[in-house]
Amino acid sequence: MNILPKIKEADLVGRGGAGFPTYLKWEGIQKVKADKKYVICNASEGELGLFKDFYILQNHADRVFKGLQLAMDFIGTKKAFFNFNGDYYKKLKLQIDELVEEYEERGYQITIFREHPSYIGGEETALLNAIEGKRVEPRLKPPYPSDRGLFGQPTLIHNVETLYNVADVAEDKFEKKRFYCLSFPHKKGEVHHLPANWSIKKILEKTNNIPDFPYFVQIGGSASGLVLNSSQLDKQKMMGAGSIEIYKKSTDPRELLLKWFSFYDQESCGKCTPCREGTFQLRKMVEESKNIPWQKMKPILEVLEETSFCALGKSVPVPVYSFLKNVLKKKL
Amino acid sequence: MTKVTIEINGKKYSAEKGESILQVAIRNNIEIPHFCHHEDLSTDANCRTCLVQKEGDDNVMTSCTLKAEEGLKVKTDTPKVKRLRRENMELLLAKYEKNAPLCKAGHFSKTLELMKKYGVKGDKYQRDEVCPLHKMGNAAEFDPSICIACNKCVEICEKIGINFLKLEGKNSRTRVTYNKDPKIDCIYCGQCTAHCPVAAVREQGHIDAVEKVLKDPNKIVIVQTAPSVRASIGEEFGVEIGVDLTEKLATAYRMMGFDHVFDVNMGADITTMVEAQELVERLEKNEDLPMFTSCCPGWVKFLEFYHPELIPHLTTARSPQIHSGGAYKTWWAEREGIDPSKIVVVSTMPCTSKKYEASFDKLKIDGLKPVDYVLTTRELAVMLKDRKIDLPNLKPSKIDKEGTYSGAAAIYGASGGVMESALRTAYFLLTAKELDPIEFRPVRGMEGIKKATVKIGKRKLKLGVVATAKYAREVIYELKSDPTAYDYIEFMACPGGCIGGGGQPIPSTERIVEQRIKGIYKIDHNMKMRCAHENPVVQEFMAYVKRLPEHKKQEILYTSFSQKKKFE
Repeated sequence: MNILPKIKEADLVGRGGAGFPTYLKWEGIQKVKADKKYVICNASEGELGLFKDFYILQNHADRVFKGLQLAMDFIGTKKAFFNFNGDYYKKLKLQIDELVEEYEERGYQITIFREHPSYIGGEETALLNAIEGKRVEPRLKPPYPSDRGLFGQPTLIHNVETLYNVADVAEDKFEKKRFYCLSFPHKKGEVHHLPANWSIKKILEKTNNIPDFPYFVQIGGSASGLVLNSSQLDKQKMMGAGSIEIYKKSTDPRELLLKWFSFYDQESCGKCTPCREGTFQLRKMVEESKNIPWQKMKPILEVLEETSFCALGKSVPVPVYSFLKNVLKKKL
Repeated sequence: MTKVTIEINGKKYSAEKGESILQVAIRNNIEIPHFCHHEDLSTDANCRTCLVQKEGDDNVMTSCTLKAEEGLKVKTDTPKVKRLRRENMELLLAKYEKNAPLCKAGHFSKTLELMKKYGVKGDKYQRDEVCPLHKMGNAAEFDPSICIACNKCVEICEKIGINFLKLEGKNSRTRVTYNKDPKIDCIYCGQCTAHCPVAAVREQGHIDAVEKVLKDPNKIVIVQTAPSVRASIGEEFGVEIGVDLTEKLATAYRMMGFDHVFDVNMGADITTMVEAQELVERLEKNEDLPMFTSCCPGWVKFLEFYHPELIPHLTTARSPQIHSGGAYKTWWAEREGIDPSKIVVVSTMPCTSKKYEASFDKLKIDGLKPVDYVLTTRELAVMLKDRKIDLPNLKPSKIDKEGTYSGAAAIYGASGGVMESALRTAYFLLTAKELDPIEFRPVRGMEGIKKATVKIGKRKLKLGVVATAKYAREVIYELKSDPTAYDYIEFMACPGGCIGGGGQPIPSTERIVEQRIKGIYKIDHNMKMRCAHENPVVQEFMAYVKRLPEHKKQEILYTSFSQKKKFE
């Protein structure tokens, strides 16, 4: 069975957040000639507001392993790494170890790598460095992992949900759905598996989650995601990583900025100037002033967006500017 | 390789396809401020200051990662480039002026000059709190308070085979620190300091101490210049690389207030005499062979820490600056009727480990250190710039007679130079003839390991010339399996020898070091006196030493070595 046409037909895209077409990744690595190739399943899930990969692994780990096996078979390798958010592994150890053993008996070597929970683990070349025991920071691209990845070998890296989908595609069960994490100010978060093309409004309606208080939302990650007001939701579909966070409209803007900047300041890998130093300055300047120092923030946000080495730094201004525009209705 | 034509700021330049735009700019003397790029090391692209804009593209890009292709047009000075570059420099250099010791003491600082040029104030942002300053012996130090985490020191430390430095921490706490492994230690070579773009890793400063003695009317201050400094100091003043500035430097030293302008090269001729004699003796007795050179304190520290079992192989001859410093405080002081305790010897050196060496108690003669202070080539440049001395345009003047040296001393600065000098004299000692040809080319050049043989009388000597710890390990490994693989080996800690030393001007690249080396050999080539044993000053000094009791002779000419602990 050649699974590639099916993957193309199903329009599978990476569910780590980048949304890159899966068949292109597979086609790319298939063409590369090498003695060794690797597949990596990434369960880093370090972004705020995301817990769907944990949910999938808790409930459907077998399907993820099935997808991982299909990927290994496709590129002709028996070796894979499973990058685990360390906290996740602690909670799921029993069932995961059992699956690893089961696959081992069938000749597949799946190595568990326990990552110190981090956001940068979501950046695939930083993940490669982590597994190789190097400083956890992104690599210069090219070369791309599909040409020279783990230990210099062609490497196919997929998020948990993507591999889950691969298993479904292989069995013609894929329904073009995706997992959504919903976070609320007043109750526990939820995970829902719903059509990928639904609007944010529809997702909230169908899951009975339209708040009964004035609100705004952040989608595609609660640090790097876009902020929208409640009137913008019926046309907007999910983009990036599958999360919706509901905020009360009365949320203190300063607190919100501090949440984002503290996260980035903590999670920056420290490689490039704007992200390493800039996120620290942003946190400090908001912490140390009563009013939000918008004008002082502006030049740092600009270098982050324009000159950061990787997508982590480049994304810092996204929530800030969309919050300003869509919720505070201000311009800088 | 395919040649392409690109445009920078409207002017056409030829480039190799795929070469970085930054490298093209550097080659053509177009200034694009950058911190994390070094042509011998990997492209990290972390400082984000070497920004350019492609024509017709609103995005800025880093020129270190932008590759040359036919017809590419970039600008280095668009309003957007200027704005973003300045902002990233403000972030990188926050509180620089407040924390950098040169700035604090009011000295010339290259980084501060760059900041001024690009309108960077350095007081816009704060610095995160980091770990304290760490001193590497008495040679160098790193200062996390101004570290910009560019990783160059770490990479060069790895490249030369030591792996002492590393980056630690994440986010704004990412700064340079050291390897805690008890089996890994710094050898004080200072390559890290020559690769730090902001002097966060630097030599331990002797400028202020030297300034103080220069003002002290009760001190007689001697300056002595290492072989390499004269061929590299010009780089700090825009002079063509490798041009010999010995005589302009002599004028500058006098303007600075040094009482006597002597030369480490004179010391190098002493070292050659002592070392060649020892080589001849060891060859005759067939003892402790191969003999290793020991004039590089970085190499010596490497051996004393990593391979103390090989210490007996080191020549016991003192190093050039210690020989000449000692000569001036004994023979010269006595001849001139000067109280040696009033003499202060300042060496200008391409090196940081020479500071460490100068501090050794074991080298004292009559309780006095042969060398009191060591200035790196960079520190010398700072002192000249503090005084606004325009070195390239000074009138040349002769160094004092007691600094007289041979061509054999001049080449000490290049890897292979010590070997060649010793050979010239050893050949003479063994055969009573001069080596012919006098230039021994097989040991010259930038390779990490050079091998050669030379016939002296009936004996065929197997020679090795090694630069950097990385290659020293290889040769030591070779010796473990074949102890007779060599008779005499020169070891230097730095790539290319002292001329590529840790105290040299920045940037110091392999390309630049090669040009400096050419300059050094040219000095030798143009000299009439090519051998140490012909040097009349050395002859006078050696005659003086000969008259001394044996223990005094030992104290002045020889040294000893011992196993070293980490940080020792």
